[in-house]
Amino acid sequence: MSQPDFSHDGIRTARGTAFRYLFMLCALLSILTTVAIVATLLIDAIDFFATVSPIEFLTGTRWSPTNDPVAFGVLPLISGTLIITLGSALVALPIGLLTAIYLSEYASERRRAYLKPALEVLAGVPTVVYGYFALVYVTPALDTILPLSTFNALSASIMVGIMIIPMVSSISEDAMSAVPDSLRQASYGLGATKFTVSTSVVVPAALSGIISSFILALSRAIGETMIVAIAAGQTPRMVDLTDPAGMFLDSIQPMTSAMVQIGTGDIVGQGAAYKSLFAVGLTLFVITFVMNLVSELVASRYREVYR
Amino acid sequence: MAADTQEASVDSGFGQISRTKDVAFRLLALAATLIGIVSLAALLLNVAVDAVGWLDWGFLTNPPHPNPNNAGFLPALVGSIAIMIMIALVTFPLGVGAAIYLEEYASDGYLTRFIQLNIANLAGVPSVVYGLLGLGLFVGLFNIGYGSVLAAAFTVALLILPIVIISAQEAIRSVPDSQRQASYGMGATKWQTIRNVVLPRAMPGIMTGTILALGRAIGETAPLIMIAAPTTVFGVPNSLLSKVSAMPLQIYNWASYPQTEFQYGVVAAGVVTLLVILLTINSVAIIIRNRYQQRT
Repeated sequence: MSQPDFSHDGIRTARGTAFRYLFMLCALLSILTTVAIVATLLIDAIDFFATVSPIEFLTGTRWSPTNDPVAFGVLPLISGTLIITLGSALVALPIGLLTAIYLSEYASERRRAYLKPALEVLAGVPTVVYGYFALVYVTPALDTILPLSTFNALSASIMVGIMIIPMVSSISEDAMSAVPDSLRQASYGLGATKFTVSTSVVVPAALSGIISSFILALSRAIGETMIVAIAAGQTPRMVDLTDPAGMFLDSIQPMTSAMVQIGTGDIVGQGAAYKSLFAVGLTLFVITFVMNLVSELVASRYREVYR
Repeated sequence: MAADTQEASVDSGFGQISRTKDVAFRLLALAATLIGIVSLAALLLNVAVDAVGWLDWGFLTNPPHPNPNNAGFLPALVGSIAIMIMIALVTFPLGVGAAIYLEEYASDGYLTRFIQLNIANLAGVPSVVYGLLGLGLFVGLFNIGYGSVLAAAFTVALLILPIVIISAQEAIRSVPDSQRQASYGMGATKWQTIRNVVLPRAMPGIMTGTILALGRAIGETAPLIMIAAPTTVFGVPNSLLSKVSAMPLQIYNWASYPQTEFQYGVVAAGVVTLLVILLTINSVAIIIRNRYQQRT
């Protein structure tokens, strides 16, 4: 925004310029933060890759940073993360999508006014609390019908899923609300019911927004730490994708949980286990960063369509 | 009438039209909307019942203890509050400053768009990665101590800064442009306009956003673990460089104790304390917002 400059007062102008640069520094701090994150992760990760080759790290199927014989294969951790992501996706994506449809197409203005804040609460509960819930309430409850281990992927996935429901529902609902009403009216005019309008018109029209919300929620699930650290266990293992029972009923270890384990252990000095923290952190950062960018790109497409 | 449409199913391009399917889908969608809320409510009820008898004055004023009957929350409680105050002092000026620049000064060029995209991406970085940043930068490079109040506060401050900036930007954007033009018309400079017109109008919104972000900060656990904050400390922190625990860290530590008195007693009391404080913080934010909305 521009404004005519009537002031010829040198001090006032100088002060204005000083504030301008001060505020600019604050904004640039965000770029500095990103640079610092990448630098911190890279410096120690490169150090780590001097002792453990990147190929061994990325293709190794055994993770044992502290117990002999030490091994630094990240695949078991990635497979652990994959299980949690898959499990929470099965919970959150259908529920989140149905919630978005309900809020956008069915709910009255009044009902929406209290349902939306109530849903947001789900994302506001501290994750350590969810982890505790999974360990002491969900696991014992499910244990009565399923042969569950004390630490298991199932209850952790369910809790992560519940936590990310509002991410799916709020972004999807925004996309559905942005669908022009004329499309709905045209469909009603052809004699369609609300069900048909919702599923055959609104959802396809809002698809890029919905996909964007899915990716963002899954990225959140991948980065989720405390729920899996408390409830999913500390057993890094390769999962057998053909054996769902073995995947979900037993203890696993995702990337974030392995980081917490190393972080809480007494690893003094600069050993390989300490450095491996940054290699795993870098892997996690790259995965979530790419997913967030893709989500952003997909979302910006639908914004253009209806503008 | 409903029976009428049920029988008269028309074959259109959309497939069969059925009222039953419509009602069933409506109920399914409503159930999906409620399932998360109801599950959380059930869990909260459980934890509240378990905390009864454990959450008392002794729990709030004692240090942790291996005997569940003597275990207390005080060092973690004070630690969390100390970290919180420091975070507020750091993020408020930086967040508002960045928001003022982006909304009032920056032109819509590549740099601005890059900063904006970068802030959005920072908000999506996992909190455990911020912990590694804190470990490498504040603990390693600046050497302000493993698990100190300052290291914890700076680390979590960077984590919530994007949220503070985004909400402050929204508050500043909602100030009508006519008010700025009026101020310029009176001969005010840009800085005078920002200080006397924009900031006072945007302040309730900025406060609400900052307080809500602090609510997010108080529950953060993973970054504190990564900067090697001790999960249990027995004394209240007495300087900015002393080692500090926090409520979520203490809860994480206690949750691994196998005794039922801890799992279904002491931890429940800790969880309820944390949630009550979180609820109080968020209520303050909502009260500020509502008062402001009534005035305009």
